[in-house]
Amino acid sequence: MNPRFSLLLLVMAGLAVAFAPLPVPAIAPQERTFEIDAHQFAYSPSELKVNTGDTVTIQLVNTDVVHGLYVDDYDISVEADPGQSATLTFVADKPGSFRFRCNITCGAMHPFMIGKLIVGRNDWLYRSIGLASLTVIGFFPLSSFILKKEERNVA
Amino acid sequence: MNRIELTRIPFIKNALKSRYPQLAVFIVMLIGYIFAILAGLIGTPVGSHNFSIVFVWIAWWAILILVAVPFFGRGWCAVCPIPLPGEWLQRGAALSPPDKRPKWLNLRVPKMFRNIWLQNISFLLLALFSSVLLTTPNITGIVLAAMLFAAIGLSTVFERRAFCRYLCPVGGFIGLYSQTAPIELRIKDKQVCVTCEGKPCYNGSSAGYGCPWDVFPGGLTKNTYCGLCMECIRTCPHDNIAVNLRPFSADLAKPSTRMDEAFKAFIMLGSAIIYAGVLLGPWGAFKDAAYNVSSNSWFIYAIVFLAIIFVILPGLFMLGILNKKNTLPLKQRFASLSTALIPLGLMFWVAFSLSFVLTNASYILAALSDPLGLGWNLFGTAHAAWQPMFTSILAPAQTLALVGGLIWSARTAQKAAGEVKVSPIPVIIYCFIATSLMLWLLL
Repeated sequence: MNPRFSLLLLVMAGLAVAFAPLPVPAIAPQERTFEIDAHQFAYSPSELKVNTGDTVTIQLVNTDVVHGLYVDDYDISVEADPGQSATLTFVADKPGSFRFRCNITCGAMHPFMIGKLIVGRNDWLYRSIGLASLTVIGFFPLSSFILKKEERNVA
Repeated sequence: MNRIELTRIPFIKNALKSRYPQLAVFIVMLIGYIFAILAGLIGTPVGSHNFSIVFVWIAWWAILILVAVPFFGRGWCAVCPIPLPGEWLQRGAALSPPDKRPKWLNLRVPKMFRNIWLQNISFLLLALFSSVLLTTPNITGIVLAAMLFAAIGLSTVFERRAFCRYLCPVGGFIGLYSQTAPIELRIKDKQVCVTCEGKPCYNGSSAGYGCPWDVFPGGLTKNTYCGLCMECIRTCPHDNIAVNLRPFSADLAKPSTRMDEAFKAFIMLGSAIIYAGVLLGPWGAFKDAAYNVSSNSWFIYAIVFLAIIFVILPGLFMLGILNKKNTLPLKQRFASLSTALIPLGLMFWVAFSLSFVLTNASYILAALSDPLGLGWNLFGTAHAAWQPMFTSILAPAQTLALVGGLIWSARTAQKAAGEVKVSPIPVIIYCFIATSLMLWLLL
C-alpha cells in the first residue's frame, strides 16, 4: 500500500477514534442516592457509577475530622463537620469520569483523598486506549514512511 | 534537523562564560532551599500551607518534570543549590580557582560505586517513603537538609561532585531523561581535544575548575552525566565547547548497554504507575498502606513496590525479548531495548504530574503569602481558596502525553532493535500494555 495513503488512513482512523460520536444507550434518568463515609484519607464507597441525566444525591457521612467533597469539572462541593453528615444533590449531565476529592484540609494525606465518579460510559478512556491501539497497529506503515523520507533526505 | 549552536550567539556565550549570572541564580536558589528546610522544620505541620511542601513538591516538581527536564535536560542541575556549599568548601573559593589547592581528602570515588546504582537505591528509598515525604513538612525539611549535608560531606572526602554524580536521587532520573532533551553540550572538533595539552576541561586551569561531574567533554556522546555546569566552556583554551539545540531524543539513537541505566528506566516507569494508582486512585487501603510507615501493611506495600520494579516489570520485558536464535547476550539486548522505556517513562511522569500539579497549584498563592503558616499575609493572597485548575483539559492532556509517549517509545524501540538486530514488536506491545494500564489508572 502507498505509504502516503497508509498515513492518511491512519490519521483519519485516529480522528474517528478520538471524535466520532458514539451511540448513547437510552436509559431514563433516575434519582440515585449514595451514602459516602468520609474518613482520613478515603471515601467509602470510593467509586460511584451513574447514568447521564441521573439526579444524584450524595450524603457525606463524616466519621473523624472535618472533610469535604468536591467534584472536578462539576465544580460543586459539600462539607461536613466531624460526626455530622451533609447532603449534595446535582444532575449528572456531563458524561465521563471525574475525580471527587476532599476540599477541606484534613491531615497529611489530604491532597490524595480522592474518589471517582463515572457518569455514563467512560468514553475518554476507551477512546484513549483505541488511539493507543491504533498507534501500535499503524506504527509499522507509518515508520516505514518516515524511514523512506529520512533516506530521501540523506540522499 | 541539524544542530544549531546556541553558543554562537554572543549574548548566550558571554552569559555562560561569565560566572556571575550563574552565581546570582545559585544564591537565589540556595536561599530558597535553606528557607524550604527551615519552613519544613519550624513552619506549620499542615503540608498544604507550608512553603517546603508547596514549593518543593508542587511548584519545583511541576517546573522540573513539565518544563526543565523535557526541554533543558540537566538544566536544573546547572542551577541546583545542593552541591554549592560543599563545592565552595572543597575548592576553598566561591568563584575563580584559588592559588593554592585546599587540603581536603580529594579521593577518587571507588570504582564499584562509579555507576548509578546508588542513585537508584537513594531514589527508591525516597519513593518508598514518598507518601510521608510529600505530605509532612518536617520530613521534607529533614530530607532536604540531609541531601545538603551529604553533598557537603562527600565534597570533603571525594573529588568533584560525588554527590551529584553518584548519590543524588533526583540527578539519576534527570540524567536518564535528559537524553530526550533538545539541548546538549558537546565538543565542536574531536581532533582539537585529541591534541589539546593538559586537558584543562577535565583537569582544570587558572581559567576554571576541572569538570565537576568527572566527565571528559571530548568523550561526551550523551547527556546523562553532563551537569551543564558550563565549567568546560570557561576552561577550554580552544573555544571548542558548544551548547547545541538538537532534535528531541537524539541520544537514544545509540542505546545504552548498562544495566544500572536499564534498571533506572524500570524504576521510573514502575514508580509512575504505582504513584498513579496509590496517590491518585480511589483506593483508600493503598493510601493507608503507603502512609503508615512501619505498619504491617506498609511492609507489604514496600515488598509489592519493589517486586513490581525489580521482578514483574523487568521480568515481563525479559520474557518478551527472549529469542534463542539471537546471538547477542540477553543482558545486552535487555539493556539496549530498555532504552525504549525512557520516553515512555518521561511521559508517564508528565501525565501523573499534570493531575497532581493542576489540582494543587492554587496552594502556591496562599503559601507565598504565608510560607510558614504563621498567619502572615505578605502579598494579600494568604486566604486564596483552593481551586483545581484546568481539570476539563486534564484528560485530553494526559491522553496526548501518554499516547504521544507510546509513539515516541515505539520509534525508539525500532531504532534500538535495529542496533541489536531483533524485532521491536515485543517491546512495542510491552509499551502498549503499560500505556493502557496508565490510561486506566489516570482516566
